[in-house]
Amino acid sequence: MYPVISKTTIAPGISRLEVEAPLIAKKRKPGNFVIVMPVEKGERIPLTIVESDPENGTITLIVQAIGKTTHIINKMEAGDHFIDVVGPLGEPTPIKNVGTVVCVGGGVGTAVIYPMAKALKEAGNRVIGIIGARNREMVILKNEMADCSDELHITTDDGSYGLKGFVTDALAQVIDENKTIQSVYTTGPLPMMKAVAEQTRKFELHTMASLNPIMMDGTGMCGACRVSVGGELKFTCVDGPEFDAHKVNFNELIQRNKTYFNQEKKSLDAYNEKCKTRGANV
Amino acid sequence: MSERKRARNNGKANERVIHLKPPERMKIPRQQPIEKEPDYRVCNFEEVSDGFDVNLASEEALRCLECKDPVCMKACPVNIDIRAFIRLIYKKDYDSAIKKIRESNYLPAICGRVCPQESLCENVCLVGKRNEPLAIGKLERFVADYELKNGNFSPPEIKENKGQKVAVVGAGPGGLTAAADLAIRGYEVTIYEALHEAGGVLKYGIPEFRLPKHIVDAEVDRVKALGVKIETNVIIGRTLTIDELFDEMDFEAVYIGTGAGSPRFMNIPGENLSGVYSASELLTRVNLMKAYKFPEYDTPLKIGNRVAVVGGGDVAMDAARTSARLGPEVVNLFYRRSREEMPARIEEIHHAEEEGIHFHLLTNPVEIFGDENGWVKAIKCQKMELGEPDEEGRRRPVPIDGEYITMDADTVVIAIGQSPNPIIQQTTPGLKTTDWGTIIVDEIGATSREGIFAGGDISRGGATVIEAVSDGKRASRSIDEYLTEKKAVLKT
Repeated sequence: MYPVISKTTIAPGISRLEVEAPLIAKKRKPGNFVIVMPVEKGERIPLTIVESDPENGTITLIVQAIGKTTHIINKMEAGDHFIDVVGPLGEPTPIKNVGTVVCVGGGVGTAVIYPMAKALKEAGNRVIGIIGARNREMVILKNEMADCSDELHITTDDGSYGLKGFVTDALAQVIDENKTIQSVYTTGPLPMMKAVAEQTRKFELHTMASLNPIMMDGTGMCGACRVSVGGELKFTCVDGPEFDAHKVNFNELIQRNKTYFNQEKKSLDAYNEKCKTRGANV
Repeated sequence: MSERKRARNNGKANERVIHLKPPERMKIPRQQPIEKEPDYRVCNFEEVSDGFDVNLASEEALRCLECKDPVCMKACPVNIDIRAFIRLIYKKDYDSAIKKIRESNYLPAICGRVCPQESLCENVCLVGKRNEPLAIGKLERFVADYELKNGNFSPPEIKENKGQKVAVVGAGPGGLTAAADLAIRGYEVTIYEALHEAGGVLKYGIPEFRLPKHIVDAEVDRVKALGVKIETNVIIGRTLTIDELFDEMDFEAVYIGTGAGSPRFMNIPGENLSGVYSASELLTRVNLMKAYKFPEYDTPLKIGNRVAVVGGGDVAMDAARTSARLGPEVVNLFYRRSREEMPARIEEIHHAEEEGIHFHLLTNPVEIFGDENGWVKAIKCQKMELGEPDEEGRRRPVPIDGEYITMDADTVVIAIGQSPNPIIQQTTPGLKTTDWGTIIVDEIGATSREGIFAGGDISRGGATVIEAVSDGKRASRSIDEYLTEKKAVLKT
C-alpha cells in the first residue's frame, strides 16, 4: 500500500499528489516515471515522477483526469492509498551542461518538462522555458517553471494569459532571438510534440521528446509501448521515455494511442454513471 | 492383500504393492480426464480439464508396473519418486502421496497441469511400450488438487535456523521453488517481484483455462507458509540493485529467476499498426489484468473478428485459444514449419484444434497491411517448404519463390518467442552474459559473480516451467553449500 500524504488541486481536473514510496524516492532521477494502480481491478498506468523527497520517502505525481483511472486518482485524498506503485522506471534524462536549452511543455506535459528543466538548470544550463495551456486556469507549475528558467514564456490557446497561441508560436520567437540554443526538450500531447519536432528540424536543433504511449507493465515485458525511432523498434518503457524527436514516427504513435479509444470512453462513461447514481466518490 | 503383508511391503521399495499382475495392469486402458466440451469451453475461461476424480485416479494407479528401476523418476527433471506416490494413491493415502511429491517438487498443482509429461516421465514409461503410458501428470495433479480441496496441507518442518539471508529475484516457478527449498533448509528468504502479484509467467502468461489463478495463489501461499517473504512491486535493477541487496541489506546470496519476458517481433512492415499485439501483451492483459472481464476490470483489450496468430509454440496456442474465447469469428494460426516441428505440447495443439483454431502450416508472415486509420486489415504470408535439418535436427523452412497468400485480419498476435529481460544484467557489474543476453551459469547454477546464482529462462533463453523448477532446486542446493562453507570459513 502506498499512502497519499497530501493532495492539492492545481487546475480544474488536475491534481498534485504526494505519495509515500520510500525506495522509489531514494532512487528516482529526473526523467523517471512510475507505474501505478490506484485500486483493485484497476489499470496500470504510467506517471512521471515530478519530484521526490528521499528524506521523507515521498514522490510527487501530477495527474489530469482524462480516463477512468485518472479520474479515480483525482478523487483520492490524503489518507487514501494506491494499491501498487512501482519504479523508478525508464532511463533518466541525460543531464549535461550544454549551454542554452529550451524546455517546451504543453498541458499536463508541463509536469513532465518541469523536472527536466529543473535538473538542466541545476547542471548550469541557461534554461528557456515555454509552457502552454488551453486557458489561464489550466496553466500549471508557473512558479516552479519560473524558478528554474532564465526566461519563461507562457502561451494560452485563447490568450487569457501570456501569449495568445500555441507553444510553437513562442518557440518560433525564441529560436529567432537565440542563436546559441543547443537542445530542445519537449513533452505534451503527441500532436504538439510532433509540431515542435517539425519546427526544430528546419533549424537542425537537437530535440528530445518524452513519449507517452500506451503502457502496461513498464518493464519491457509487453511491447505495448513500442515506437519506431529512426526505423528501429524501441520500447518506450525501457529504452525511453525520451527519444530524438526528429527520428520518432509520431503519426504511427498517434494512431497506436487511439487503440482503446472506444473502450476507454465506455469505461469512463460507466464510471461517471456510477458516481452520479451514488452521488459520492466511488 | 492382508494388512500385515501390506505393512511389510511398505518397508521394501522393490516389492510390488498393487494387487494385479503386470499383464493385467497392461490391459487397463489409460484413463481419460474429465474435460469440458469444446463448444462450451470456447465461450469462457473455465479450466478445460477437470483432471481425475478419485475413481479415475484409483483405476489409473493400477496401471503402474512398479518397475524395479523406475525410468520415469530419472526422466523427471526434479526426480519425483513417481513409483512411490503412485503406490500411495493406490493405497488411497493421498496425504502421504502429496507429501512424497512435495519432497521433490514444491509446486505440484502447477506442474501437474503444465509440465510436458508426454516428453519426460510419460515418454519413458514402460507401459507406453505396448499401451498408452501411465498418466503421471494427471495423477500428480489429482493429489495436489485433493490436498487443496481437503485442506490437509502442513508445511514441512524446518529443522534449523541457519541465520543467513537469501534474496530471490522473480516470483515465477523457479524463484518460488528456490525460495521454498531454501526456506526448508533454514534460510531467511525474501522474494522480490516486479509485478504486483506473485507467480510470474504462471500469472501473466499461462491462461486461466489451463492454470486457474487461484491454484497459483494457493501454491504461492504454501511457499509463504514456510516463512518466505514476498515483496511485490520491486524491480531489481531499478528499485533496488543486487549490490544493494548484498551491501546494504545483508543478503548473503541471490538467486536470479527473472525469466524471458521481452517479446520478440518479426521486423516486418506493418508490425506497429493498431491491432498488432505481442503474445505477451495479449496474455498479460487477459491473464494478469483480467481484460476478459472488462469493464468490471479496467484494463481493456480489443479483439476483432479475424485474429491471426503467428507462431507454433505453447505461447502461440495460448494466444490463439485466449483470442478464441473473446468472441472473434475466426482465429487463424500461421506457422512456418509443419505440424511435426511445432514446439507446442501435443495436448495443447489438440485442444487448439478442438476449439476451432485454423492452422496454416508452412506459411510465414512477411507483411501486415493497415487501413486508412492505421488498423490492421490483412496479413500476407509466404508459402514455405521444408529443407535440410538444422543443428537441432528440425527441418529448416525454405521460402517457395513467388507463392504468397493474403488473408483478412483485424487482429494480429506475434508469438515467436521472448528474450531475457536485460535490466539486471545491465545494472549488475561483473555479471557475465551470452550474446543473446542470457546470464551465464555453470553446472551448479553459479554465475560469474560470487554469491549470485541464476536459472530458468534467464539462463536458458526459453524453456519450460519444470526446467525452471529444476534449476531453482539445483541453485538452492548450491546456495546451501556455498553459504554453509562461507559460515564455516568465518568461524575458523
